Amino acid sequence: MTISRRHFLVGTALTTSALAIPTMLTAQGKPKVVVIGGGAGGATAARYIAKDSKGAIDVTLIEPNKEFTTCFFSNLYIGGFRTFESITHSYKTLESTHGIKVVHQMATGVDRAAKSVTLGDGTKVTYDKLIVAPGISLKWDSVPGYSAEAAQMMPHAWQAGPQTQLLKSKIDAMKQGGTFVMVAPPNPFRCPPGPYERISMVAHVFKEKNPKAKIIILDPKEKFSKQALFQEGWQDNYAGMVEWIPASLHGGVKSIDPATGKIETDLETFTADVANIIPAQAAGGIAKTAGLTNDTGFCPIMPASMQSQVDENVYVLGDSSIAGDMPKSGFSANSQAKVCANAVRGALTGSKVFPAKFSNTCWSLIDTDNGVKVGANYVAKPEKITKTTGFISKTGEDSAVRKATYEESLGWYSGITNDIFGS
Amino acid sequence: MDARGRFLGAVFACVLLAGMLPGLQAIAGGGLEKSEPAAENEHAQLVRRGAEVYQRCSACHRLGANAQNRIGPQLNDLLGRKAGSIEGARYSPAMKQAGADGLVWSAETIDAFVADPKGYLKGTTMGLRGVEDAGDRKALVAYLSSFSTGPSNIPETTVPAPPPVDAGVPSEILALKGDPEYGEYLSGECVTCHQPSGADKGIPSIIGWPHEDFVIAMHAYKNKKRPHPVMRMIAGRLSPEEIAALAAYFNKRDR
Repeated sequence: MTISRRHFLVGTALTTSALAIPTMLTAQGKPKVVVIGGGAGGATAARYIAKDSKGAIDVTLIEPNKEFTTCFFSNLYIGGFRTFESITHSYKTLESTHGIKVVHQMATGVDRAAKSVTLGDGTKVTYDKLIVAPGISLKWDSVPGYSAEAAQMMPHAWQAGPQTQLLKSKIDAMKQGGTFVMVAPPNPFRCPPGPYERISMVAHVFKEKNPKAKIIILDPKEKFSKQALFQEGWQDNYAGMVEWIPASLHGGVKSIDPATGKIETDLETFTADVANIIPAQAAGGIAKTAGLTNDTGFCPIMPASMQSQVDENVYVLGDSSIAGDMPKSGFSANSQAKVCANAVRGALTGSKVFPAKFSNTCWSLIDTDNGVKVGANYVAKPEKITKTTGFISKTGEDSAVRKATYEESLGWYSGITNDIFGS
Repeated sequence: MDARGRFLGAVFACVLLAGMLPGLQAIAGGGLEKSEPAAENEHAQLVRRGAEVYQRCSACHRLGANAQNRIGPQLNDLLGRKAGSIEGARYSPAMKQAGADGLVWSAETIDAFVADPKGYLKGTTMGLRGVEDAGDRKALVAYLSSFSTGPSNIPETTVPAPPPVDAGVPSEILALKGDPEYGEYLSGECVTCHQPSGADKGIPSIIGWPHEDFVIAMHAYKNKKRPHPVMRMIAGRLSPEEIAALAAYFNKRDR
């Protein structure tokens, strides 16, 4: 592992303070790991550390929600391919099988010098190593007129849960022949193919229930993930329904009005019967509060371990991290979590640390039995996590291949959710 | 074709196509001497069709002279065999219990099991998704019956057993002993998709494979002899030692 000079200096400072005030838990003799965020990154890391250390490490997982609804496959819920229950998971197995202490509270602060996390009720939890995996926060002001309140009228549904249910209910209830407008997010954002899979799922619902409906995507980008595959899919399955408008054509969203559904651009003012506004994103709030972000809004990490570049006792996983070439996805977070868990165990118990290996695959559903995928391998280079090899589904693929890809995605969902939450 | 069939099918298909026909003619020819040509012809056709259906089984099971247990038990003399009773074979607890409770394989029980494995025997780890077509099942039973005439009379067959030599994996690579601890770490990448429970919906199980089968399969992906893009990518960057480590780890895992 390479340790930057800055890292080294910060680390030294912290060691000194840690020596001055020994933590209560170190005194008890069992090293303590605290994980903030119970999603694909945090829950996986907690589970692997608890499972592989066989009780030698005390693991606490801090997650405000009692149940976790996965963002991945939430588009399939919108499309009617999955129930909400089937994408919602409890933390019971992590507690009962792996002995992880799950605390359902919001982490409100991190005192890195004292190595403690403050919870919503004011209690403090101390750690030897802290893993920060809070997902994303939404930059409301990136879309003029948008806000947390406006999201009740124009859902983002980019953090799965009630927002996803709200968006689905609006789509299902949209007036015949109405217009659905999505404001897509700028890079970097959670789940690069996600907005376009969502469009496919909305189109699937409309094809069945509301065939004269229109779908407009106002994109701040000029291109997007799996573009050729999605555009072919929209042409083949939803001809004439979907219109994708890049920034160079609409000139940017100038304002939105949740009350009237008006979305103003240079090109024209669109009136949405249902709007889905996905704003720009940054690391989850606690990452910034803890001083782990840089001016990109995300957290720089050491590629070989996911260790924060600003604190050697802190690791950052998933959407909050700057993971080089890796996309922000549940698969990526899960992959990073295993590398991190191995490194954390090694640091705390002296277990063997194996070289980092990262991978990602994203499946997307275009229409019934029509799945596509994109994936890659990554290695930890000193400067960043770097892509080595990859693949992508081809346009014009045989329907049997597409069906197999979809079925594979179902298998993957079962596999990864068991890997995250235990089975 | 079921998931595991698809997974292994590509490699086995060539072996099957090249080797199956002479064996089948031998089976069909053997019967023709005894009774009505028309009826025998029908039976031969049924057995031939059964051999095709059996392709879905041959990823995990072996048949014929010297057949060994692989991922699943060998299937010689299956008819009349108590379920879960072959020494040294890997069975789910459910299968062993079914045998203890009196399940014996017959044309009827095989038919019912193969029609809906997990419905018929909850807890089975057989990966087959189910043979829907009743005619296919009848043919499969006829084919399996032709290997159940008694240990001294098992026809030579070329249907199963993809020979390791043909897979292009040198013997020194097959002989590599893997470090299961390293395999356990590496397995983190596998279990994102392949379930440690052995469940295999949409994605095949990789639990409990014989070392050699696992190593051959992974090298087939690594060398781009098998088509699946995700597996080519994953296997592509694994060293022979890492593949051996994974084989060692997954081989030892209980389902």
